[in-house]
Amino acid sequence: MKPLTLRSLLIRCGILAAVLFVSVFIALKLGAVPVSLYGLGRDIIRVALGYSSDLSTDYRLIVFDIRMPRILLAIFVGASLSVAGTSFQALLRNPLADPYVLGVSSGSAVGAILALIAAQHLDLPPLVSGLLTPLGAFLGGMATIAAVYFLGRREGQIESGTLLLAGIICVSFLSGIITFLLNTLSLRDRGGMSFWLLGELGTPLPASLRWFLVLGFFVAAAAIYTTASDLNLLLSGEQEAMHLGVDIDRVRLVVYIGASVLTGLAVSVSGAIGFVGLLVPHIMRVIFGPDHRVLLPTAALGGAIVLVLADALARTVVAPTEIPVGAVTAIVGAPLFIYVLRRRSA
Amino acid sequence: MSASTPIPPSSAAAHLAAGVLGAPGNEVRLSVEQASYAYLPNPSQAPLFTLEATSFQARPGELVAILGPNASGKSTLLKLISGALRPLSGRVLLNGFSTGSLDPRTRAQRIAVVQQESRLLFPSRVWEFVLQGRHAHGRSLRFESADDIIIARGALARVGAEHLIERWMDQLSGGEKQRVILARALAQQPLLLLLDEPTLHLDVGAQMDFLEVLRRLAAQNHYTVVVVTHELNLAAEYADQVVLMQRGKVLRTGSAAAVMQREILEQVFQASLSVEIGASGRPRITVLSGSLGKQGLSR
Repeated sequence: MKPLTLRSLLIRCGILAAVLFVSVFIALKLGAVPVSLYGLGRDIIRVALGYSSDLSTDYRLIVFDIRMPRILLAIFVGASLSVAGTSFQALLRNPLADPYVLGVSSGSAVGAILALIAAQHLDLPPLVSGLLTPLGAFLGGMATIAAVYFLGRREGQIESGTLLLAGIICVSFLSGIITFLLNTLSLRDRGGMSFWLLGELGTPLPASLRWFLVLGFFVAAAAIYTTASDLNLLLSGEQEAMHLGVDIDRVRLVVYIGASVLTGLAVSVSGAIGFVGLLVPHIMRVIFGPDHRVLLPTAALGGAIVLVLADALARTVVAPTEIPVGAVTAIVGAPLFIYVLRRRSA
Repeated sequence: MSASTPIPPSSAAAHLAAGVLGAPGNEVRLSVEQASYAYLPNPSQAPLFTLEATSFQARPGELVAILGPNASGKSTLLKLISGALRPLSGRVLLNGFSTGSLDPRTRAQRIAVVQQESRLLFPSRVWEFVLQGRHAHGRSLRFESADDIIIARGALARVGAEHLIERWMDQLSGGEKQRVILARALAQQPLLLLLDEPTLHLDVGAQMDFLEVLRRLAAQNHYTVVVVTHELNLAAEYADQVVLMQRGKVLRTGSAAAVMQREILEQVFQASLSVEIGASGRPRITVLSGSLGKQGLSR
């Protein structure tokens, strides 16, 4: 009998943080322009100490202005999608739930595209129009999870198969809307087809948005974390959880809003990257067990690691051309989806 | 400390060591007063099912069995008692407080419910499962305390399942699993223990073991226990009070001998029965025709 302690939680997170650090190093090194590992370590220290002027301009541009922001974006998006996936899986009692599979990512993409179109026509100050995209993505995601939730219910109970079918229908429908919108309207900045449908991390992020995203992530993830023990009990069903003292309505509200905020923020800057929210919680559950007090933070770190490495792969596997990172996660994630599906029905 | 006061976690260990959860009392603990309910899927339509005004009372240490054929309203009555449903009229009081108006946390500190099935999405170990019973006693973001662990171990010991503590839930037999689920309910340190057909998937031996444990817990720890069951002979043997229901209505309440009489049982269960008084002084029911094939009647 070894109940969870704060110490064991911090040790697990510390190990994953170290793995993330190594992954960031690998991702900084990999790319069309070769960088030596030793040189990289030395230069990071130099930049940290304020001696960045010693470095060559090209080198600084590639490593610190192109690769580093992209890696930080991958950390943010991977962590957001994994936390959203973990909490959806518990709340909907469905191990196959994930923001992409449920259509929440596509809903967020539609919301973000509509917000971009609105911003073009409204002539707002840059900061406001910048914030409009994540807001639209959040609202789109929230509307989609509400639709999927109600379509997936049968006689007051969430029915696993119906829920997934509702998600698949939503994904097809919303992908159609995205294609329609992108083909009929021209968007000034971000927004190729593969960005919104598959997800990419190569689009530079407006500086004004960065702090907003970081703040949004921590607020939403912290709110979800307050329900961690409740989510553990929800694994045995809503009725049982209620009898054990869980305020189901509060948990449902916090998790739906929190997970939609995380998905919305991630999709507004990277498009709809699939399967990270499915893949990572399962890996972390195998390693650390099903306790959400451990699972939520380790899934955040694990999601960051997976997406940093997946993006490094997307940048280098057919260099100098890039493939969308969403293609990499789908190629790895879809077989895992099938594996979990088959093991469940066995 | 009176029997009706929940025990603060800090003193729980001492109480467990003493083997009691409070002194016996003669006050009424559970009081169902003219409580009724109707399932209305659509307010403009006639109700799908109605539970007519129901009344009975139970004291600490008492074991109440709710009996009746399928769709007689047993589970609805249990949900009203647990506070999961609010009565349409009348009230259900636990130590004077209406169960439906308690917030989920307070309710879970006073009422524990063991349901028919407990299916887990991801497997967990027995000790993890039993510690879930401590959820309502802690803050939402805390880690289990030493007291929680003592209480969980004690709960497992009291149902005779301490040896299962490191096992995985999905590797237990039906009888073992049911004991562990009961242990989780005991870890809640409730005043009222509600069970919905707890012996449904158990063989005869395991059924008797389980009821024996319940009987002992009620007597030693002064829980008020309410069991919904189809097993007439188990109810007759172990219940202090029987509530007999038919089509949403309580036909009789009282001791097993007073309620379980041949005419009324035959009318309720639509089967030809014989009722004898056994060596224990309690009724024993045998199915004579067996034509309706009601499970468990002849045991």
